[in-house]
Amino acid sequence: MSTTLTPTLCRDCLTHINTDAQICATCGSTRLVHHAELDELDIAHVDCDAFYASVEKRDDPSLRDKPLIVGHPGGRGVVTTACYIARKFGPRSAMPMFKAMEMCPDAVVVKPNMAKYKEVSQQIRAIFLEATPVIEPVSMDEAYLDLSADTRGDGLTPAWHLARISRRIETDVGISVSIGLSYNRFLAKLASDMEKPRGYSIIPRVGVREFLAPLPVRKINGVGEATAKKMDADGIVTIGDLQALPEAQLVTRYGKFGNRLVQYAKGEGSRRITSSRASKSISAENTFRRDTSSFDVLCEAIEPMCETVANRMVRSKLAGGTVVVKLKTGDFQTLTRNRKLANPTQRADILYQSARQMIEKEANGRAFRLIGVGVADLCSATEADPPDLFGGLA
Amino acid sequence: MKLTIERATLLASLAHVQSVVERRNTIPILSNVLLEADAGLLKLTATDMDLSIVEATPGDISQSGATTTPAHTLYDIVRKLPDGAQVELALGTGDGRLALKAGRSEFVLPCLPREDFPTMADDDLPISFSVAAEALRRLIDKTRFAVSTEETRYYLNGIYLHAAESGGIAMLRAVATDGHRLALVDTPLPDGAANMPGVIVPRKAINELRKLIDETADDIVVSLSETKIRFEFDDAVMSSKLIDGTFPEYQRVIPEGNDKVMEVEAKTFAQAVDRVSTISTEKSRSVKLGLANGLATLIATSPDNGSATEELAVIYESDDMEIGFNSRYLLEMTAQIEGDMAQFVLSDAVSPTLVKDSSDEGVVYVLMPMRV
Repeated sequence: MSTTLTPTLCRDCLTHINTDAQICATCGSTRLVHHAELDELDIAHVDCDAFYASVEKRDDPSLRDKPLIVGHPGGRGVVTTACYIARKFGPRSAMPMFKAMEMCPDAVVVKPNMAKYKEVSQQIRAIFLEATPVIEPVSMDEAYLDLSADTRGDGLTPAWHLARISRRIETDVGISVSIGLSYNRFLAKLASDMEKPRGYSIIPRVGVREFLAPLPVRKINGVGEATAKKMDADGIVTIGDLQALPEAQLVTRYGKFGNRLVQYAKGEGSRRITSSRASKSISAENTFRRDTSSFDVLCEAIEPMCETVANRMVRSKLAGGTVVVKLKTGDFQTLTRNRKLANPTQRADILYQSARQMIEKEANGRAFRLIGVGVADLCSATEADPPDLFGGLA
Repeated sequence: MKLTIERATLLASLAHVQSVVERRNTIPILSNVLLEADAGLLKLTATDMDLSIVEATPGDISQSGATTTPAHTLYDIVRKLPDGAQVELALGTGDGRLALKAGRSEFVLPCLPREDFPTMADDDLPISFSVAAEALRRLIDKTRFAVSTEETRYYLNGIYLHAAESGGIAMLRAVATDGHRLALVDTPLPDGAANMPGVIVPRKAINELRKLIDETADDIVVSLSETKIRFEFDDAVMSSKLIDGTFPEYQRVIPEGNDKVMEVEAKTFAQAVDRVSTISTEKSRSVKLGLANGLATLIATSPDNGSATEELAVIYESDDMEIGFNSRYLLEMTAQIEGDMAQFVLSDAVSPTLVKDSSDEGVVYVLMPMRV
């Protein structure tokens, strides 16, 4: 009989303990994730469930129980996203609209509203940023997250952060995501696709070869229709078939990609998350309950944000060379103002002073619905805040 | 208004005033230069509302009058005219435009009425003294590199000019600092300056003034109040608002107890710093200075660029030590040292270092070390 209990995370109340129970002792939920390796995995892929369709359903509850297709109606239109109800009848992304309508004649068709999706995407990005600065967005609705300890240092586990992200996106944004957690990008992405929608899947190290063996090669990122056909002709259908082949043979047949196939088949792959866009800046923002034009209220609002941004810089060992203020007016105009600092900083008070001066120039009676503060032009913390004769802001 | 003026004379005066005019202006008339012709003189005025320069230059005035016209455009035209050209300026009576003729070139420029041109109030400036151009140039040159550009520390965005005392002698003192280095220069206090308030002269005014007095041999009359300063020389007057802020108590950051003295040939040192810093990272620019008996070692390392080391002979007899500096600060400071030797008076790796110029006792530099 096993004496060690398994690390277990409740996706509803975020209780994270070692137990063998199948029901959360805290909230009674059955949505538990457990695995011996749960606390060791740190590379995640987060994918929004039927993103555009979910956003449209969120904004129009009358669509909730109907099959919904987002896309341009008419002869040449294609399906951008089909909701899960519509998918039961066959429609899929990129399918010609007329074909989708043949399969699901009752579907409601909504034209995509990219500006809105972008805004939602940014909202989600901001939630990711609360967990880690190392984010690699793949598109508006999916991203890789590096949750390894050296990106955070807050003592909480990656698994917990992901459950929290998923819960926050549901409560604050109003859509659902599926989460994949593993130890490299390829497996994280594979995991997020395993249990859609509202999934939370992990692929552990132990037994990964056996896990991968029965899966079709199409599951490998980069194996599209053409490659799959070619492989099929070579007698390779599953990842297990790949595992059985000598490396040299795959490289000769498939070139450089052959190397990757070999790696993937073994469950190896890159862990590197290049936050090419996200880590260029760190920011926090907030929407006011009621629009405000008051300089004092605006300044008061940014004070905790400066602290948040400063803390996040310290955690990720980064410093900001430019302070950025973002303001959104009552009529949804977004203004951003930047100021380059003489020296990169990690200090909240320096952020605040800079931001305050920028806000002063903008607070000319206009009402604002949102304010944000951030830093860009990031560099290593060792470059930050050189010793000062007067101790900083003298 | 109608006059004829030598191209070279007009160009010199325009060059002086046009640099006050900001390239981008939300108030159109601030892009203009005010031209006033009367009694054999053409007076040119430019302002950005904080700073104004007025310069008078002789011209052949056939009809007195005044107008304003875009400063940069006028300057560019005059600059491109051939050397030795005679420039005729005439304000059209009908269309209110300014016609410029020189040789076979003709230009017509839009104008705005002179009445709309903002004049800086001619405040009462109770303190007035005269200072040699040479002394003023020295005060500016040896301090302005240390002026802060950080807008959050606006009170450091200028040179602090005040009356002080050094070795029992009354001095006119200029101090500039950005919090990482400090430069202090003394010159004997001119008559009439004893009661002057400490004033912070903004960076832009300092830079414009320095250009204007580059070739002046005469004394400069300085008049000031707590809010405004005026410099008069030759045929020009420059007035500027002062920075409304409190300059920090700089005396307390000038170290007094430092006991390790290192003397080095200033130019050799600067060249070595320059070479080694090629490797420093762009943002921190740090170099490490290692000191041992008679020998200094400059070291720069960067995770991306590799490393550099250079040794040089120095006069140093204290305990071995290592200290880091921003190479840019070292270079900008040594560039102002005129004597053969620079003297570093150090304490430890984290305390401010004092630097002196062997040829000029009235100059003190303070450098805050960096973490290395």
